[in-house]
Amino acid sequence: MLLPLIILVPTAAGIASYLIRSNPLRRALWFGAAATHLVLSALAATSSPAEPLGTWIGLDALSAIFLVLTSTLFVGATIYGFGYLNREPVAPQPDSEDGSLIKNEPEPVFTGGILLLLATMSLAIVSRHLALQWVAIEATTLASAPLIYFHRTRRSLEAAWKYLILCSVGIAVALLGIFFILMAMQGEHRDLTLAALLQQAGTLNHKWLSTAFIFILVGYGTKMGLAPLHTWLPDAHSEAPSPVSALLSGALLNCAFLGILRMQQVCAAAGMARFGGDLLVLFGLLSMGIAGVFILRQTDYKRMLAYSSVEHMGILAIGVGLGGIGLFGSFLHAVNHSVVKAMLFLTAGNLMARFHTKDTAKIQGACRALPISGVLWVAGFLAITGSPPFGTFISEFTILRATIEQERWIVTGLYSLFLVVVFVGMSAIVLKMALGKSQESPTREPWTTVLAPLVFAGIATLLGVYLPGPLLDKLNLAAQLLGGPVQ
Amino acid sequence: MDILSVLLILSCLFLLGSSRLHVAIRVVAAQGFLLGILPVVRSMPDITAGIWILSVSTIVSKGLVLPWLMRVCLRNSEIRREIEPFVGFGASLLCGTGLLALAVWVTIRMRLTQSEAPAVLMISSFFLVFVGLFIMVTRRKAITQSLAYLVLENGVYGVGVGMSLDFPFVVELGILLDVFVGVFLMGNLLFHLDLEFEHMDVDKLTELSDLSESAATAGEENA
Repeated sequence: MLLPLIILVPTAAGIASYLIRSNPLRRALWFGAAATHLVLSALAATSSPAEPLGTWIGLDALSAIFLVLTSTLFVGATIYGFGYLNREPVAPQPDSEDGSLIKNEPEPVFTGGILLLLATMSLAIVSRHLALQWVAIEATTLASAPLIYFHRTRRSLEAAWKYLILCSVGIAVALLGIFFILMAMQGEHRDLTLAALLQQAGTLNHKWLSTAFIFILVGYGTKMGLAPLHTWLPDAHSEAPSPVSALLSGALLNCAFLGILRMQQVCAAAGMARFGGDLLVLFGLLSMGIAGVFILRQTDYKRMLAYSSVEHMGILAIGVGLGGIGLFGSFLHAVNHSVVKAMLFLTAGNLMARFHTKDTAKIQGACRALPISGVLWVAGFLAITGSPPFGTFISEFTILRATIEQERWIVTGLYSLFLVVVFVGMSAIVLKMALGKSQESPTREPWTTVLAPLVFAGIATLLGVYLPGPLLDKLNLAAQLLGGPVQ
Repeated sequence: MDILSVLLILSCLFLLGSSRLHVAIRVVAAQGFLLGILPVVRSMPDITAGIWILSVSTIVSKGLVLPWLMRVCLRNSEIRREIEPFVGFGASLLCGTGLLALAVWVTIRMRLTQSEAPAVLMISSFFLVFVGLFIMVTRRKAITQSLAYLVLENGVYGVGVGMSLDFPFVVELGILLDVFVGVFLMGNLLFHLDLEFEHMDVDKLTELSDLSESAATAGEENA
């Protein structure tokens, strides 16, 4: 009963948001829905009963992690969103970047869209029927495209158009892949529920299954931002409003990742883990490499964060592709990356509101001008590049260990090289922005805009020194789902 | 069913060779009708209520509403023709025959393993997918891209019908709804594209690209 509510509550609240005229009432509903969703997700994650065969929605360890993570980020984005919307001008005003007019979408469209995005992401996470999951993942694209176009500038329009077209085409390719899974099933009873697929995994036709895997990897990989299909991502994530960027990078990419994981789960059960794994490692390394190159010469700090998401999606793919302890590392890294990246995008929103530019060269002395956000910006940089004591250090190191244990030295070498390249690239940009003298006097920041990033920074640090028992259990169980070692 | 499939193939060849956008919209609408009839013909003689609903909603959405939306977009803009595609119309037709051969090859490969799918339908559906992708990358106008997306989706739908994959009814409707809302959003964005850029040429959407930026700066340095 909990799971349908997890989808229905944000859906109902989202539809109601379009209709409610009063801003305070709508925001109260927004917060109420977000908080309810978090409570329901936490309850569902802790009490997950065994699923009967053939259910369409359900939670296992893997989806439980992603569900609670998504919900947590959404609550953070909600609180930040109030401060963000207060800051946003109602009347049209010139854009600081290219002078074109910013004519923000009305607030009900924003609130409704973001709640529907939560609903579709939840459905994508809990669905255990591959075609239903496809419907949900495509629906997330549709719910988020208007959010990217929130500012109604030329740049955001271009970003939204590319996002909509590329992701829709990608996901159409994934649907072909799902057809091919059906072709791989022999016998009369063709059922696309995960339980049924895993049960008859031994009898699946390997040739069809590998074709299906390639199609689904390309399709959902587009949405997940794996290079070379990532080209829409820096545009969309940099042009979207900051709370939306945080959700796109932190939560939505994970949903597409989950789509690939389900396919890899079926492949692993069919004894084809190595086939899928090698492809994932290849795409992962490519993503890290390309992201590294573009971060090195980046002049826009939101785009820098977006490319860093491409890099981290690559890391996740490599971890899963390696298997073994890499799976544990990859899922832990998904949690770490989401929390840190959401915090960075929210902080970037604060910088943008203060300095009115996304150009890295025009910002100096952020630590002085914005005492809290400036420090968070540096801390976030250290966390996202995997420095101790943050959780990302542990997860990135676990994946490195997996490459060494399997003696895949080329992967080890390239993986470490790209991590160093990204570290160098980001440090040059971030430190120059944060340090130095600022002409501007320090300003007090409203609590709504710093609370969520502060909490996320706290979580990121905590995960570096201590993994809570329940999370550790879930991570181990999730790794076992994909054939990881039993601990 | 063979007649329907052949008509689908012909409609694609027509799309490849035609520069007039309102004709192209009409062709895509016709495809919507053909695809709507397809599941009914495929599952004759025992047709369930679900199939009827699906067929009618396909015809209404892909055959009537979406083409109507595209026509509105077209009327609002000044565009009548697709001019200067990256690949000329004659060459497109030539590529089209190549794509058709590719579709035949894919279908034959599939039949080698297993399949009760009717060959002609599979060929035409894969052809639709390939033509959709081809048009998407070779034409300039944003409106053509959304038409191409519809053609691609039509092809995927045809593959599904051809394999007679009985998805649960809810999922089928969900897929249809997704496509519908997707194209609807594209139409909405098209309207704004026209207002903001005063044109709908996709190759001019380059303000955000990292590559073009570097190309521009490199050009300046050389000069």
